[in-house]
Amino acid sequence: MSDIPTTNAQTTNARQLSALEVRAERERIKRNWLLSMPAMILLLLGASGPLLIVLVYSFMTPGDYSGVIWTPTIKAWFQIFFAVDIFDDTIGLADAHLTIFGRSVRLSLITTFLTLIIGLPTAYFIATRPGRQRTLWLFLITIPFWTNLLIRTFAILEVIRNEGLLNNLLRWLGVIDEPIQILYTDTAVLIGMAYVYLPLMVLPLYASIDRLDFRLVEAGYDLYANRWQVLRRVILPIIKPGIIAGSILVFVPSLGAYVTPRVLGGGKHMMIGNFIELQFGQGRNWPLGSSLSMLLLVIVAVALIFYVRAANRGGSDEQ
Amino acid sequence: MSSKPAKPFSIKHLPGFTTIALGCFVLLYAPIITMVVYSFNSGQSVALFEGFSVSWYFEAAKNELVQEAALRSLIIAACASGIATVLATMAALGTTRTRNFPGRTFIYLMINQPLMVPEVVTAVALLIFFASIKVATGYSGLAYLILAHAAFCVPFAYLPIRARMEGMDMALEIAAADLYATPWKTFRRVTLPLVAPGIAAGAMLAFVISLDDVIITEFVKSAGQDTLPTYMLGQLRRAVTPEVNAISTALLAVTVILLTAFFLLSGRNSPAGK
Repeated sequence: MSDIPTTNAQTTNARQLSALEVRAERERIKRNWLLSMPAMILLLLGASGPLLIVLVYSFMTPGDYSGVIWTPTIKAWFQIFFAVDIFDDTIGLADAHLTIFGRSVRLSLITTFLTLIIGLPTAYFIATRPGRQRTLWLFLITIPFWTNLLIRTFAILEVIRNEGLLNNLLRWLGVIDEPIQILYTDTAVLIGMAYVYLPLMVLPLYASIDRLDFRLVEAGYDLYANRWQVLRRVILPIIKPGIIAGSILVFVPSLGAYVTPRVLGGGKHMMIGNFIELQFGQGRNWPLGSSLSMLLLVIVAVALIFYVRAANRGGSDEQ
Repeated sequence: MSSKPAKPFSIKHLPGFTTIALGCFVLLYAPIITMVVYSFNSGQSVALFEGFSVSWYFEAAKNELVQEAALRSLIIAACASGIATVLATMAALGTTRTRNFPGRTFIYLMINQPLMVPEVVTAVALLIFFASIKVATGYSGLAYLILAHAAFCVPFAYLPIRARMEGMDMALEIAAADLYATPWKTFRRVTLPLVAPGIAAGAMLAFVISLDDVIITEFVKSAGQDTLPTYMLGQLRRAVTPEVNAISTALLAVTVILLTAFFLLSGRNSPAGK
């Protein structure tokens, strides 16, 4: 019985202490939020908030000149995939739109594949250089990475146009008599995107190869694996998170590319990004442009979720 | 079996990888080097090198449109990277070196949002948003561009600052507090000097990112508000003019200089080592 008051006193103490802790905790959370708030407000005004307006606009009716009329409709979303025949009102697939989607997805996938094929050996080469040399090679990859995308696109334009470096070289070698028309084709867009996004593939690959434990490679050779088997069965599975990261980092901006297809593809070889812009310019169909933007955002979000899951899985594998 | 003396077996060697890698570097640099070389071409042609000259640089520098665009680019980049760096530093103070708290993931997502959303989508969103504000207020100055640039610069400023803060020893701040420094004094005299290289690196990245932006600027700008990149895009016909080549090379030089500075800043005095 005599124990009871003591216990009571102890619990009161504990309660007071925890109340103090709770207050300190609350203060800390408040302080953290207050410090983060200005940046959040800026991003809400200059990035996230306007996305909600796009979502709303995608459910509106296009205005006569530009903008929207505030009559809700899902026509813009319908228009992405289907077209109503102007003569007999039959509903068919919107071929022009589907062609642009098909091109965007196809070119982005090939770009990802090309950059992977070239980027993997490059990243491996950099990661296996000795100390100081490695920093230099890494720096050489970083320069194009930070160089203006427009400038790099211009540089590749000068190489592939009819009077450009590539055609002149081929003519000089006697391989061709007439210049090959590369500019303003899908190939030009593909070359350009592979060129401008290559560093995005190399950097994450480098990061994962850099962490590679070469004792595992040695173990592979000890167990009589040949070079190819070691690459296929030891190195590639270990650096898989890097491969996924690089692929997403290339695929996402490729899919939303605007500058490269505009400069190298001309008006006819549009990708989704250019098509969206068209809706806000000559097309004067803001709702369609909005629904297309939202669709692009959804595709990118799916790719990112896939990436996060794959990265987490890769992380737990390593442990 | 082989007549050649066997090379020591290297476990790191993979056949063909070095060739592809070196080829990759050649492919990466050939177009850039060509561009730089032809910016010093005396002739009109961008295909035939006629002699060394810096006349295109003078030509570009004399062009009033280029002057205005360059000045505008610098003003926007300076304002945007300044705002972004201050806000990113505050946010980094709020989100690093603290136990997890409710909403931290949300803050991360918000701050890094510009890295995840395709730029063209953000550009369209800002176009719509600012168009209605322009109609409502009648103001169509540079503030829209600065706001837009500052927003997408935040994650680029935030990431190096956060990295620097996470590597910092908290004991130093606790020691300052023990010696009766006020929170502000602790920040001013201890935290800030230690984080300064990260802040400088973040500010530089933000500056370069703003200077390079094409898409968002192209969508948001009002008439006569070209920055250097949008001016260059507008000049493009079937080929790149030698003048634009010269501007490109000059911008490339700025990037290389800032990047070298960035490498030196972030490489030296790692706080973890102290």
